[in-house]
Amino acid sequence: MSKQRLVVVGNGMAGARAVEEVLARGGAEMFDIVMFGDEPYGNYNRILLSEILNGTQDADGITMNPLSWYAENGITLHAGHRVEKIDRAAKVVVSNRGARERYDKLMIATGSRAFIPPMQGARMEDGSLKPGVFGYRTIADCQQIVDYARRSKVAVTIGGGLLGLEAARSMTVLGCESHVVHLAGHLMEMQLDVTAGGILKKTIEGMNIRVHTSKLTTEVLGIDKVEGLRFKDGTELPCDLVIVAAGIRPNSEIGQFSGLTVERAIVVNDHMQSVDDRDIYVVGECAQHRGRLYGLVAPLYEQAKVFAEHITRTKVDAAYHGSKLATKLKVMGVELASMGITDPADDNDEVVQFTEPKRGTYKKLIVRDGRLVGGILMGDIAKAPFLMQAFAQDAPLPEERLSLMFDLGTPSAKVTYDEMPAESQVCNCNGVTKAGIAACVAAGATTSKAVMTQTRAGMGCGACKGEVTELVSWLLGGEVEEDPSVHYYVPTIPLRKPELMKEVVARGLKSVSAVFRELGNGEVDPGAKPALASLLITVWKGEYDDERDARFINDRVHANIQKDGTFSVVPEMPGGVCTPDELVRIGQVAQKYNVPLVKLTGGQRVDLVGLKKDDLPKIWSDLGFKAGYAWGKSYRTCKSCIGTDFCRFGLGDSMGFAQRIERRYRGIDSPAKLKLATAGCPRNCSEAYVKDVGFVAVGDGKWEIYVGGAAGAHIRKGDLLTTAQDETEAMLIGSRFMQFYRENAKWKERTYTFMERVGLERVRAVVVEDSEGICADLDAAMEASIAATVDPWLEAVAPKTANQFTSVIPTKEEV
Amino acid sequence: MASVEVLLGSVDQIPKGEGRTFRVADREIAVFLTAEGEVYATQAFCPHRRGPLADGLLGGTVLMCPLHDRTFDLKSGCGTSHEQLGLATYPARVSEGQIWLRPEPTLAREAAE
Repeated sequence: MSKQRLVVVGNGMAGARAVEEVLARGGAEMFDIVMFGDEPYGNYNRILLSEILNGTQDADGITMNPLSWYAENGITLHAGHRVEKIDRAAKVVVSNRGARERYDKLMIATGSRAFIPPMQGARMEDGSLKPGVFGYRTIADCQQIVDYARRSKVAVTIGGGLLGLEAARSMTVLGCESHVVHLAGHLMEMQLDVTAGGILKKTIEGMNIRVHTSKLTTEVLGIDKVEGLRFKDGTELPCDLVIVAAGIRPNSEIGQFSGLTVERAIVVNDHMQSVDDRDIYVVGECAQHRGRLYGLVAPLYEQAKVFAEHITRTKVDAAYHGSKLATKLKVMGVELASMGITDPADDNDEVVQFTEPKRGTYKKLIVRDGRLVGGILMGDIAKAPFLMQAFAQDAPLPEERLSLMFDLGTPSAKVTYDEMPAESQVCNCNGVTKAGIAACVAAGATTSKAVMTQTRAGMGCGACKGEVTELVSWLLGGEVEEDPSVHYYVPTIPLRKPELMKEVVARGLKSVSAVFRELGNGEVDPGAKPALASLLITVWKGEYDDERDARFINDRVHANIQKDGTFSVVPEMPGGVCTPDELVRIGQVAQKYNVPLVKLTGGQRVDLVGLKKDDLPKIWSDLGFKAGYAWGKSYRTCKSCIGTDFCRFGLGDSMGFAQRIERRYRGIDSPAKLKLATAGCPRNCSEAYVKDVGFVAVGDGKWEIYVGGAAGAHIRKGDLLTTAQDETEAMLIGSRFMQFYRENAKWKERTYTFMERVGLERVRAVVVEDSEGICADLDAAMEASIAATVDPWLEAVAPKTANQFTSVIPTKEEV
Repeated sequence: MASVEVLLGSVDQIPKGEGRTFRVADREIAVFLTAEGEVYATQAFCPHRRGPLADGLLGGTVLMCPLHDRTFDLKSGCGTSHEQLGLATYPARVSEGQIWLRPEPTLAREAAE
């Protein structure tokens, strides 16, 4: 059985989003996907084009799907191809550069282009725009405008909508005298009424932009380049650069050529299918649904979702019912929300209005039959989430109209978020609700960045980023305290680690499955399995029943998984020292297996990166090294400086000590990775002050022991635990500390967090002064753990499970 | 359009509680054997960032991707950590110790179904 072919014509925000929605539903199993894009790049965020124009971002900065994304997802992309023909009988599309692709299902998302209104002299004889005249729609447009603006003095933007105003602002940033010429009587007439448009005009003029309203441009002056504009009223405006942002026109010609019904755009049904051909879907600005065209990103994304649900049959009755247009935006620093109509339709429409022109604040609501049918908020948009919600759901409004516009009695933000309905939409571009954000936080996201990445909230126009951040911090503040399970070692077993360890010993539970069976609630949380495995190894050592399904993949194949599913191999190299023969052998193995990357690690070893799982056993055998444990929640490595052997300043044999440490603790599991270092003098060349355990030679054979240091995402100088009189004592106290940490730290709790939670005084009392009388136990437990470790790379010749290192098992098709 | 069931071979090829990737005609499919001895099959790569799902962790019928901990229910294919994600699943069964699979994907349904 072979896959169907889905061909997508158009690689803009609608096309790429629609494909993402298909992939998110497992659609890659159903379809081979081919995309055509007119522009020579991946997909970018067209909403942010003004940032290219004003230089705050480059093209990479607004890219949403780089070319690598297409390759990674097995999508064939014809970038820089314009589809010229759809042969519906043969089910083939053909591009202007001769690419032919057969389709089972076709999706058209050709979007729209800048509309250049009829003006005498706008174009040259060959039909191209006169030099100095630019549309404003693509990255290429922006790059050309920026280039031309360097040689220009006066720039005029035709069109006083959102795009035009942002372009005009960018022109001032580029050092041009900037004008806006607008046909209507006030700015942004689609979103604003006369009063709001007037206030906005004043604000904009305050930014050194001249605004000309009620002006129809009739002619572009100049012979071979722009020299000025002439208007219907006879006046002229000299200029050398013209940006046309006078609206968009759908690219629906492809529908006409292919015999599809096209009115203002290609006509679709509620499943976003062409009304003429069930195998052709149309999404975005080139689609006409129930007589309407949509140019905002939120409706496009809704359409993309309906398309994906319908074509993958994940929701066979998926239907688009049209969108009520409400938008929050920031134009030149002015916050603005607009929904529905801008002026009352008749005397029965009730208008509630507030104006404070000096501060640029304006609020207007239009109410019909107790429901919101239109609204404008400018300057202060605090009530926008509530109002947009009421508008979208056609919800009845409270009788008290004043509270619609103002938060009376200054309620705190907490109350506001508390009262906010769960289904209330926070991000309009991506349709993310309060409930969606709450679910993401509940699933473990702890930063607003993580929430934004996972839910896409704030990733459209970005206007709601502040609100998302506030909501996330509110959610975290509110829920962290209530959830008792944060203290449990694993969420589904209501015991803290010391209690759990006692229970495990008392009941003799030696495998992860036994723990779940005896102590769990019937539910096996996959994320908890490695945590329990780690605990059981610490408790049972050699008696631990090693069920491999409980281990993370790294611990099943003794290598570190990479983003593309390949693995990295790090041979053990105690103290960062090896013989020339060993170094040559590593090089030969790297050559033999064509290793894509050979990299020195931060822990003074050699990392061979990008290896196939199938090659791991052979590589280990060829290397003839012991495992370096670079993959595990375990003792990792001990860095060292050159110590007393060659260094002029060395006070202690740091290199020898590091080697002795590594040979002793190799393979010791722990709650999180343990990175150690030894330094031959306080110059700290090996960074021992910022390691989980660091030893610093201070002369007379003495070693300072630092614990809880970190120099990763978190920076912390280790706490000075004590000064040992000699290496033997240093080794002993370091060992006790690590064992105490192994028995008491939470899963994935690094020593730097552990030290702050438990406190230096307590740790010192236990492991140095033996205040609890457990040092002998700690020492014995560590010795037993060391005795129980086995080099896992020995599994190269004695695999532990079936197909342990097989990446793909072949099958023969049979009946 | 009923496609032909494919024999993947002995169930012993997959350790209990783990998954393995199989090549079936033109595609790779992840096949899992639960602790209870049931088999499930899904698309081979995570819809989030293409993590190899057979290398994931299994708890009951919940699978966790090894790259970024996205979780899915193997029975339905539905994302359990991120509901906007879903896996294509394939009907699979064990008969006399042999795994049979029908290479016909079903995509994760809405919760209603």
